[in-house]
Amino acid sequence: MEREKVITTNKLTKKFGDFIATNEISFDVYKGEIFGFLGANGAGKTTAMRMLCGLSIPSSGEAKIAGYDVYKETEKIKQNIGYMSQKFSLYEDLTVLENIRFFGGVYGLSNKALKSKIEELIDTLGMASEAKKLVGSLPLGWKQKLAFSVAIIHDPKIVFLDEPTGGVDPVTRRQFWDLIYKASSEGITVFVTTHYMDEAEYCHRISMMVDGEMKALDTPANLKKQFNAGSMDDVFFELARGAKRKAD
Amino acid sequence: MVEVSLQNIGKTYEDGAVTALNDVSFSVNKGELFGLIGPDGAGKTSLFRILTTLLIPNGGTATVFGCDVVNDYKTIRKHLGYMPGKFSLYQDLTVEENLSFFAMVFGTTIQENYELIKDIYVQLEPFKNRRAGKLSGGMKQKLALCCALIHKPKVLLLDEPTTGVDAVSRKEFWEMLKRLKEQEITILVSTPYMDEATLCERIALIQEGHILSIDTPNNIIQHYPKALFAIKSDDMIALLDDLRKSDLIDSCFAFGDYHHVSFKESNIEGMKEQITSDLQETHSGLEVKRITPSIEDCFINLMN
Repeated sequence: MEREKVITTNKLTKKFGDFIATNEISFDVYKGEIFGFLGANGAGKTTAMRMLCGLSIPSSGEAKIAGYDVYKETEKIKQNIGYMSQKFSLYEDLTVLENIRFFGGVYGLSNKALKSKIEELIDTLGMASEAKKLVGSLPLGWKQKLAFSVAIIHDPKIVFLDEPTGGVDPVTRRQFWDLIYKASSEGITVFVTTHYMDEAEYCHRISMMVDGEMKALDTPANLKKQFNAGSMDDVFFELARGAKRKAD
Repeated sequence: MVEVSLQNIGKTYEDGAVTALNDVSFSVNKGELFGLIGPDGAGKTSLFRILTTLLIPNGGTATVFGCDVVNDYKTIRKHLGYMPGKFSLYQDLTVEENLSFFAMVFGTTIQENYELIKDIYVQLEPFKNRRAGKLSGGMKQKLALCCALIHKPKVLLLDEPTTGVDAVSRKEFWEMLKRLKEQEITILVSTPYMDEATLCERIALIQEGHILSIDTPNNIIQHYPKALFAIKSDDMIALLDDLRKSDLIDSCFAFGDYHHVSFKESNIEGMKEQITSDLQETHSGLEVKRITPSIEDCFINLMN
């Protein structure tokens, strides 16, 4: 059986004047896949992610996200994806409950659906006694777990995670990955960037961006074989070492 | 000789409601490269701000090259180099203007201490007329380091210099620190990346304001209390589940391409055999091997 593709791109390109931020990248991502999107600072990851989220119109090339076109159907894309990053996730001066209600509302959940989601979410995260606390008062690890759960509150086809575990302690970082595995097993595609090379190993497939181009794409095991490397760290060095661009 | 010393340092915020540092004591020797390793919220920045005399502790005493952080703050400020976690140079001054500004504030010139920053600054020189705000992350970091060094400080405090920086630039940065160490500058550096711990001579592992352990990275690893094994199979997610359900397992967590486990019983050869035969029924490509713990393994163990 052919696996369902939820992201397809063909020579997707973004130029800013003479500068080619993302240069003809072509790849597919499948339903339920955990897809690692790696690259050095300035490699063009953020630009590519913005196009995939419907936030930036490409200069050329094609892409469909959850079946919707990145030129014409950006609103549809936004309704069918979730997004969280280390920098922006939740409103610190709203409570846990208020944040869930707010994001649920923004994603268009009905009151009834929202009510059962809230119960389910508070229960899974074990946050019953924190529900009425301000998010700003929670430890970073809790915030990130909550932010992830909120990003998938509307059962999106794809969730984009931009360095979700930066600075998080090693135990919570692993609990966060348990949430990623769970979402993946429920059929949500996880598109994730990280600076932790051990986390690259947890992905089904890894892509590596260098100077705006996708220089490698395969399973972690195959990439290590291909580059004759002992770890993903070595693969990263092998590829990123040749990078010419150092911009952010 | 002790260059930086903290004794029973405590710091709370919001009238005691939030504890940032709880009874923290350690010392850093002259010329040492000392790492403060811990996640966000562990208290690393509070500790740095106390040592840089920008924050007064609620309890305890701290000295930097023999000067008290509260009473002798003026002396300390003259001989301390500090690179905050957040990029804090003037974004609309050029590279060269920033550097000469900091040199001037400390009553020196770029020429006077050029030797110290030469290795780093040559990489910035092609961009010396570019505004700091227009530099890449790696270049900003190098400029911030030059500005922190331009008055030839005795002690250099670096608060998470490698956070958000890619693996290649991180490696370059640590090589710069090693070269600085040879110039007999005492360096206290913090990082949330556990793999950077082994690049320091001694480290303190810190979590929620408490010091978990202080020693050389090697000794911390030697003191890991249990035998640690790495296990993998063709289905890592199912394997993690199965290991967690097993009665034999004391601790189990994902660790890159393997899962790391320790057993409840001390009869490790027997345990290894038993778990192998238990898992072989359902898992193909099974591999079980004894390994040396990493600092991250030790940190996880100390957290529990």
